[in-house]
Amino acid sequence: MTQQLILYPLLLQLLLAILLMFFWKKINTQRIISMLGSLVHLAVSIGVFAYIWNNGTQTVQAGSWEAPFGITFIADTFAITMVLLTSIAGLAVSIFSSGSVIGDRLRFGYFPIFHFLLLGLTGAFLTGDIFNLYVWFEIIIISSFVLITIGGEKAQLEGAVKYFTLNFLASMIFLTAIAVLYGLTGSLNMADLANKVAAVENRALVEITAILFLIGFGIKSAVFPLYFWLPASYHTPPSAVSAIFGGLLTKVGVYALIRVFTLIFVGDAFLDQILLVLAIFTLFSGALGALVQNNIRKVFSYLIICHIGYMIIGLGMFTEVAIAGAIFYLVHDILVKTNLFMISGLIYRIKGSNSMRALGGFYANYPKLSLLMFIPLFSLVGIPPLSGFWPKISLITASFETGSYWSLAAIIFASFITLVVIAKLWAEVFWKDAQEIPVKPKFRYYHKIKNIKRIQIVVPIVFLSMVTLYVGFGAEHIQTLATRISSELMNNQQYIDAVLNTQISE
Amino acid sequence: MSTLILRTASNYLLPVLLVFSIFILLRGHYLPGGGFVGGLIAAIAFVLHAFANGLDNTKGLLRFHPGFLMPVGLALAFFSGMAPVLVDQSFMTGLWFPQPFPVIGNVGSALFFDIGVYLVVIGVTLTIIFTISESA
Repeated sequence: MTQQLILYPLLLQLLLAILLMFFWKKINTQRIISMLGSLVHLAVSIGVFAYIWNNGTQTVQAGSWEAPFGITFIADTFAITMVLLTSIAGLAVSIFSSGSVIGDRLRFGYFPIFHFLLLGLTGAFLTGDIFNLYVWFEIIIISSFVLITIGGEKAQLEGAVKYFTLNFLASMIFLTAIAVLYGLTGSLNMADLANKVAAVENRALVEITAILFLIGFGIKSAVFPLYFWLPASYHTPPSAVSAIFGGLLTKVGVYALIRVFTLIFVGDAFLDQILLVLAIFTLFSGALGALVQNNIRKVFSYLIICHIGYMIIGLGMFTEVAIAGAIFYLVHDILVKTNLFMISGLIYRIKGSNSMRALGGFYANYPKLSLLMFIPLFSLVGIPPLSGFWPKISLITASFETGSYWSLAAIIFASFITLVVIAKLWAEVFWKDAQEIPVKPKFRYYHKIKNIKRIQIVVPIVFLSMVTLYVGFGAEHIQTLATRISSELMNNQQYIDAVLNTQISE
Repeated sequence: MSTLILRTASNYLLPVLLVFSIFILLRGHYLPGGGFVGGLIAAIAFVLHAFANGLDNTKGLLRFHPGFLMPVGLALAFFSGMAPVLVDQSFMTGLWFPQPFPVIGNVGSALFFDIGVYLVVIGVTLTIIFTISESA
């Protein structure tokens, strides 16, 4: 049974989703199952992570079909780290949803769909088959479409249409790219593709396929010219939904980009150049977008775009140090972005508004909560020793080494603008005197809800802040992890060997 | 829609279509068919019945909400995939009974997976159609 170990996080999420569907009408039971299940999932993920850390890459051939023909599941350090981060963010958002999402939304199957979304994410990280990756992306997109529309407010539906149209387009392009790749090589297994693509004579066609993948994943991860759906939709659903979207959905696109461009399309100077240019524009445009917004959640949405640039720039420079920086940033970003959207939800619960101009006086009225919110906000900026600071060292070192001074300029510019944006937010929301906000009669304000709900809203923020603090103060550990991942990614032969040279147990 | 001809015919067609859907489900392992198509045919049987006799009568016939079939089917599919893990094989490996059964032939874990799909498809289709016709 230990041979199937890496599938357990996946199967557990599926089991949870099915179990939750049996309790369709019983919201309170669903709350408890979701929270306990997420806790168990975190424990399982930690266990599997420890196993992979000690024993190296593991594979499972689903249905015992041998490697290039069947569907392979593979957990290298990168994949299992992402699974672990998914379960951390999943646990936090599960608790947060239980406290903050109103019952009318939960009644439409919020929790089962939420766990189907986590299932899709876990599957996308663990699969070693490019068509299977597409299937997991479909599960993610369908679940996320349900989550974004649950409740059916006008603004929500408007955002959802934009979200769905562009993501669906991305899926079509991704599928086309797979079809072309299959036509070129006759294989769908990623390790097998790595060998076969390198041997294809028609390099121009390979490059075009790579560009198709880049566009498909680029829309999903919101890189420069393709990000417009993100700020148009992420501020509309309940903040618990935005939290899981902001934390993980764009990152699965980044994961796919990193995976495909370190395994299948490797060492093409032209593609790396494109990635660099896109990343630089992403950093600039995301930062400038965040500067002019007034709605807190829109500010965070643009910051997501901006910081996607850091990961893509690391991939574009394509040195071991740069990719280590990108991975470290990915770890930090998932935790912080999830937390920030939960914080925007907490602010909304307290004041009934997310407009920076209307808010104020948080520090005077809620000093403890303000100090709590200080941690993720300034981790995002990267004030040393908080977590956002460390990956930038690697990225800046790498841009000196590769001599790409434009990247250096973009990294520093984006950090600076992030600082300005967060400082502005801090001054407006926390330091400015409290403003008069019209009281909504039916709104469930923070001071009106039960104690248990308040705990469910605050505890996940505390939990993620603690993890962020660990990433900041225990940066050495995360750096070790990131370096190991990047050396695995740069020497992709071990991945290929792990998939193609496994013996199937009879 | 409730003409005498349709009403009479649907009473005979319901069991015929259900049996046919099970036939399609069973032949699907090697031939065209399987859980998905079978499930659709079974759903059509109930939809036709609802057209002829009204939604309430069909609901009375079903006795439970069709949405309940979704988790049941998913659970069945899940456990058929998990069964090989218990005997130390890879997830979703096909396990087969050594002897063929009369009438249905060889039975393996793939059949239970297909039955799961069959139930999920009936559940989803009927839930969608019932919801739409209720609000229409």
